[in-house]
Amino acid sequence: MRLEILKTYKLYIGGQFPRTESGRFYTPKNKKGAPLGNMCLASRKDVKNAVSSARKAFGGWSEKTAFNRSQILYRIAEMLEGRRDQFIAELVKQGSTLKQAGEEVNLSIDRIVYYAGWCDKYLQVFSSVNPVSSSHFNFSLQEPVGVVGVIAPQDTSLIGLVSAILPIIAGGNTCLVLASENIPLCSITFAEVLNSSDVPGGVVNILTGNEKELIETFASHMDINSVLYGGASKENIQLIQELAVVNVKRVHYYPMNWSNEDGQSVYLINDFQEIKTTWHPIENIGGSSSVY
Amino acid sequence: MREKKIKTTSPSLEWNYSPALESTSHLKLKKQYDLFINGEFVKPSSGKYFDTINPSNEEKLAEIAHANEEDVDKAVKAARKAFTEVWSVMPAKERAKYIFRIARIMQERSRELMVVETLDAGKTIRESRDVDVPLACNHFFYYAGWADKLEYAFPNRTVKSLGVVGQIIPWNFPLLMAAWKIAPALATGNTVVLKPAETTPLTAMLLAEIIKESGLPDGVVNIVTGYGDTGAAIVNHPDVNKIAFTGSTNVGKLIQKAIAGTDKKVTLELGGKSANIIFEDAAIDQAVEGIINGIFFNQGHVCCAGSRLFIQEPIADKVIKKLKERMQTLQVGNPLDKNTDVGAINSQEQLDTINRYIKIGKKEGAEMFQPACKIPEKGFYCPPTIFTNVAQSNIIAQEEIFGPVLTIQTFRTVDEVIQKANNSPYGLAAGIWSEKGAQIFNVSSKLKAGVIWANTYNKFDPTSPFGGYKESGFGREGGMHGLASYVKLSNK
Amino acid sequence: MKNSKLKFPDLLSIPKIDKVGVEERVATFQTRSIKNESKIQGLNMILNMIDLTTLEGKDTPGKVKQMCYKAMHLHDSFDDLPTVAAVCVYPSMVKIAKDEVKNSGVKVASVSTAFPSGQSPLDVKIYDTKFAISEGADEIDMVISRGKFLSGDYNFVFDEIAAIKDICGKVRLKVILETGELVTLDNVRKASEIAMYAGADFIKTSTGKIQPAATMQVTYTMLLAIKDFYQKTGKMIGMKPAGGISTSKLALHNLVMVKEVLGNDWLNNEYFRFGASSLANDVLMQVLKSKTGVYQSPDYFSID
Repeated sequence: MRLEILKTYKLYIGGQFPRTESGRFYTPKNKKGAPLGNMCLASRKDVKNAVSSARKAFGGWSEKTAFNRSQILYRIAEMLEGRRDQFIAELVKQGSTLKQAGEEVNLSIDRIVYYAGWCDKYLQVFSSVNPVSSSHFNFSLQEPVGVVGVIAPQDTSLIGLVSAILPIIAGGNTCLVLASENIPLCSITFAEVLNSSDVPGGVVNILTGNEKELIETFASHMDINSVLYGGASKENIQLIQELAVVNVKRVHYYPMNWSNEDGQSVYLINDFQEIKTTWHPIENIGGSSSVY
Repeated sequence: MREKKIKTTSPSLEWNYSPALESTSHLKLKKQYDLFINGEFVKPSSGKYFDTINPSNEEKLAEIAHANEEDVDKAVKAARKAFTEVWSVMPAKERAKYIFRIARIMQERSRELMVVETLDAGKTIRESRDVDVPLACNHFFYYAGWADKLEYAFPNRTVKSLGVVGQIIPWNFPLLMAAWKIAPALATGNTVVLKPAETTPLTAMLLAEIIKESGLPDGVVNIVTGYGDTGAAIVNHPDVNKIAFTGSTNVGKLIQKAIAGTDKKVTLELGGKSANIIFEDAAIDQAVEGIINGIFFNQGHVCCAGSRLFIQEPIADKVIKKLKERMQTLQVGNPLDKNTDVGAINSQEQLDTINRYIKIGKKEGAEMFQPACKIPEKGFYCPPTIFTNVAQSNIIAQEEIFGPVLTIQTFRTVDEVIQKANNSPYGLAAGIWSEKGAQIFNVSSKLKAGVIWANTYNKFDPTSPFGGYKESGFGREGGMHGLASYVKLSNK
Repeated sequence: MKNSKLKFPDLLSIPKIDKVGVEERVATFQTRSIKNESKIQGLNMILNMIDLTTLEGKDTPGKVKQMCYKAMHLHDSFDDLPTVAAVCVYPSMVKIAKDEVKNSGVKVASVSTAFPSGQSPLDVKIYDTKFAISEGADEIDMVISRGKFLSGDYNFVFDEIAAIKDICGKVRLKVILETGELVTLDNVRKASEIAMYAGADFIKTSTGKIQPAATMQVTYTMLLAIKDFYQKTGKMIGMKPAGGISTSKLALHNLVMVKEVLGNDWLNNEYFRFGASSLANDVLMQVLKSKTGVYQSPDYFSID
């Protein structure tokens, strides 16, 4: 009989797969009590490193052409499709039925395709030229908010993670994500997908660990611009909102089932965008009475 | 032929402008203003009133009711009742007509509004007349039209009102800020409890009269005057669905914290320390006008004031020279005089703040310049002030002064100035002056600010969304994007 | 060329103009409220800055003589009114005008250089100018060659102005840019620089034959050029908006603009003129309104 090679799950920071700097790990178990694997128990310092990586990657990612971002996102879908079986196996290992697992992977792939398509369209739909009453050209368009801290939905391993990350990076933001604590396997495997999909290092950083331990760092870090809280705990969201005040973070939380059709929307991209309005004079020579 | 005294050349005479005071004879200010709750003017439950004064001469203008928690509760209840029973069930096109009617009456009473605004806020009559009041009217006109067209602003969504919104506004543009808040809230079907700033409540009370005259259903708009405690009562009221606040970043943070864990939505329009960047290829004389307008408009009491000036080194001396010369022509003094460019500081408290920063600036070794100007003996005034030899690490270049005080730094490269401009906790606005289109687009896309004025500054329009990045707050006011702050969206 | 000290301006270094910004600035001059004392003083200054003008193909000695009388006697029922600064005529009328205004202090300005189009050879322009001066002109209002300017031949324009300046000597030279044909404010600025560096004593907006003429935007642009030139060279150049200024209000706003851009030193007819024909009577009506308190009728003001 062949001895199975067990996978080492590490963190995903700056396009690398480092172990947690703290050297700590934890062993989540499935419902039957079987260990799922040894996961890194990320520390506050890992969060800090993830923020630095995300910040570093922000300029390049946000300035990529929309078409290019879209291509990269399509590539993620392709890579995920190619590794369906691995994700299904992990989901099953974490407690899903085979059917559920297949559906979750399918939905995740489709969702990535959905957002890939939006990359070069949301600006067209939601930007505006504003007809001001002076001789100026005035337009408003969306710009990514910056670095987003994501506490991924805790009740799913893959679809919640994908649903949270995709609208954020489709909109040109970079992020750091704390995966589901108890069912974290897909998160690091998804990092491998990202890493092989032309997503530049640092655009998405994925950490595994204890939500309670790290949530305050996500909420209070001065270089995180926005937080997506994917969980359902009222206490946690209050804590995040209170701490977010330090740098007027934009906090969003979505108490919903990410497997529903609500789980994908261009309005989720909008939530992580700022509106920038630009004015420029229009020189009017000849006058409106001239016939040209 | 009759002999005549002939002067081949007239001697150079000093030609100055005689005083040209806007008339106040048409005003009929009341001695005392009560709270506007449920369509009635009611006395505050505490019986307490405070004075509002004219900052240009420190004379008392009127007594203003001080609302406490009980009064705020009454106002919120009235707003809730109006929301459920009248406003949210009214056809949108009818809502639109009420807003339109408010705009028209404001227009008709604009002369009164502009004079009262100048008396109460200290801002020049020229500005009240040409900027504040017309813009405030136009805001109502603009949003009136949105009321029955909301589905076009939010494709593929069902749009619902939020309910009762609490709105707290600052003293720098009292009527205009009331318009910015009330007009979109009404258009989206919400009802309002608004608190004007304690130093500038009068035009809000005139607006209450206008609203009453318009026949807007009772309780749809309630206006409660008072201090910070009144504002806190609105923020903490459990039946308020949304808070919209414009004011300082510190208070904004307190509000953000106070509503943490509640279902209240919030938008914040907070402070700024906006960069105004002059490249060497700029249209220099218009850039100088832009600098003047950027920092001395409304005595610098502008959250988006261009208070950090960056000049590219090859033209720095020239720009500073032209700026100083231009400052000499600014008329500082009585805000009611139609020729006054820089009026009174809004309050003693704000004047103290500004003077404290001027002291800090001097202590930091920056070089100060103020033009020679006669300042009235009574009232709160601060001459236009610029500081040169300023570094990024000077306090006066980092903190919002909210007065007619400009810091000037020089830069060498585009890269350097983008970094310096973004090197701030704020991100409200920025100015770029260059005749090179590609450079403007590059810099404007890299500046972290909600409003970019390229080859212009301090322009506002009802159709143009306004609001900041980072600690300048979140949410937008004005334009189509301003609607989003007042609606709940769901899947169709 | 005799005057070899003249230097062609560095056209690359002259500031760009943003027209919308200029319009905004001009609007602030127009919101200045000129009342009471400052209004009366301003109106008198305006009268004394007028170049009373007739430049028509149908000009005759009779017409010119009548205008000259008006120039010296704006409204004789009031004693303390000034005269206008000058009368402005075609070269053929200079002698007649000169005889009429002699000893009054009112100057005679003559247009020249194939006014208004300027489409003649330099020789003709030189002769035109010499003739006007020999007939007694105190001031020469020349036109630039707009065609050459618009085709980019700036040196030609410069040399022509310098050549006329040579002939003028002490006779003051006003250079008409005909801004309505230059179209953009950037061109106005460029032409102003060329004229000032080529030796103009005054720069003037228009011939009065082309619309638009002396808009406040154009005048403002030229005032800024004068200011920069003064700061570079120490030389005060005069400004003459001409054409289209027919009301007291507009003239007062022009004074406001001169005061706020250049300062009080320019507020006299040595450095500021209005080229106008109908402005004087409008100002007179305003002066009389302020003296008598009743609104006036044109029937009571002579139309020479």
